[in-house]
Amino acid sequence: MDSTVFIVRSIIIFVIFGITLLIATYSTYAERKVAAFLQDRLGPNRAGPFGIWQPLADAVKMFTKEEFIPAQANKWLFIAGPCFAMLTALMASAVIPFGDTVQYEGQFIAVQGIDINIGILWIFGIVSLGVYGVMIGGWASNNKFSLLGAIRAASQNISYELAMGLSIIAILMMSGSLSLRDMVNQQATPFLGVSGLNWNIFYQPVGFIIFLTCAFAECNRTPFDLPECETELVGGYHTEYSSMKLGFYLFAEYINMFVSSAVISALYFGGFNFPGQAWVASLLPAGALGHNLLTSIGVVVFFGKIFFFIFFYMWVRWTLPRFRYDQLMNLGWKTLIPLAILNIVVTGAGLLFDFKPATWLIVIFVVVLAVISAAQPRKTMRPQQSTV
Amino acid sequence: MNVNYIWYFLTFLTLVSAIMVVVVRNPIHSVLYLILTFFCISAHYVLLNAQFLAAVNVIVYAGAIMVLFLFVIMFLNLREYTAESKTNLVKLGAAVLGGVLLVIIVAALRSMQIEPLNKATYNSQVGMVESLGKVLFRDYLLPFELITVLFFVAMVGAVMLGKRETGERNF
Repeated sequence: MDSTVFIVRSIIIFVIFGITLLIATYSTYAERKVAAFLQDRLGPNRAGPFGIWQPLADAVKMFTKEEFIPAQANKWLFIAGPCFAMLTALMASAVIPFGDTVQYEGQFIAVQGIDINIGILWIFGIVSLGVYGVMIGGWASNNKFSLLGAIRAASQNISYELAMGLSIIAILMMSGSLSLRDMVNQQATPFLGVSGLNWNIFYQPVGFIIFLTCAFAECNRTPFDLPECETELVGGYHTEYSSMKLGFYLFAEYINMFVSSAVISALYFGGFNFPGQAWVASLLPAGALGHNLLTSIGVVVFFGKIFFFIFFYMWVRWTLPRFRYDQLMNLGWKTLIPLAILNIVVTGAGLLFDFKPATWLIVIFVVVLAVISAAQPRKTMRPQQSTV
Repeated sequence: MNVNYIWYFLTFLTLVSAIMVVVVRNPIHSVLYLILTFFCISAHYVLLNAQFLAAVNVIVYAGAIMVLFLFVIMFLNLREYTAESKTNLVKLGAAVLGGVLLVIIVAALRSMQIEPLNKATYNSQVGMVESLGKVLFRDYLLPFELITVLFFVAMVGAVMLGKRETGERNF
């Protein structure tokens, strides 16, 4: 490999690493601000203007707290748990295409950690490993609540991984590639005469909803945060953790949110493509400068989409109540998986008859079904609840 | 040259972790060593230019099946290894069976023909998704579909066994 390419690549990888950590740090601040806004409070506003140094204060607090390991805990695995959680969270962002190529000394260098031809499978594999951090930590704590949290996390992840994988298969059938960069580049073509708007969301609405729901479950976010459900399990798998080891678990959750937001944006919302990008490209000067400018606009747009989805995660967290455990399992196995399989079949039929937006038929069908069932009068009255 | 060193290191790691799976007393540690073994095997797939197999190995074995293993062991809470009474007859039977298996593997390896690699005609895309899909769905379509049916039957059987019968207690 050429040394300049090597250096530019290294810089890109370090920048992605740094940005991942920075966004995760400020997601904690954003979460508290969004929560405060939704609950008509002020939120953190003491450390610096608008409280923007709050994450630093939190980090100092986390690092200087007492590090406590329970006497009966399995010491090595107790330490390894948060390490695994952090490691798997950070590995996934390697294959996300944050932008188009940068032209430098006549060479085109992709703004991406590494472009492998199995990118989406890499993310899927890393995400499926993320549960080990939770399971090992929960088991090693030697605490019944932690163990229950770990077991819940494991069963939840396995259940929702299936539906997630099936919803990705419908996308794969349309794009015919496992590389995330190929998938994003295919969404750059015009849609209804607007360039850069050929997003998969217009062809895969059902797949998007399934993927989004499963992403919530995989990140252990409300309404699916059963593994750390504080009303039932004290703190879930991290009941016994303190200091920065607890911080790693919480931090890994925010990194997972960032990565899943990036994946959702890349798969369904065009990644770094934005509406009217051909028109913008025609305004910019030709050559390396114009190309790099367009790439940087694309990167900014991509991060805008990511921030929107991170905000969406927080919005949902402070809006919806938590599911009950049997409801969670029923939703995963009895609703999302059959729906995802139906989505695959309809997508395949749509590709066969060259009618790509075929999955909208499922949406129309579900909406019609819902309207009909809502319009019908209730057949039986609910039995009167006894007041005693 | 570098790749050779990586291969030796990986093979060493694979063998050590595979032996540790059998040797360690704590079942949870054993499962964790098994996960490490699967990772090493995935790395071998990458060295063989079979990235798809590597990813699928991680997703299916390390990501799903081993999570279930860990799940079951955590549920049973086998913290200490309870030494079962092993008679000499059991030990002898195990030794004979293991020896026979070893002989079969050695015999199979001895009869294997390894063609030398021809660098001129070697297709570097052989382990990629496209060629794997073509092989599976064109050359070996019938065996592939038969395996699908087998899996389906196994799944139906598992659902039948796991189904709660009327009047049976749920834990």
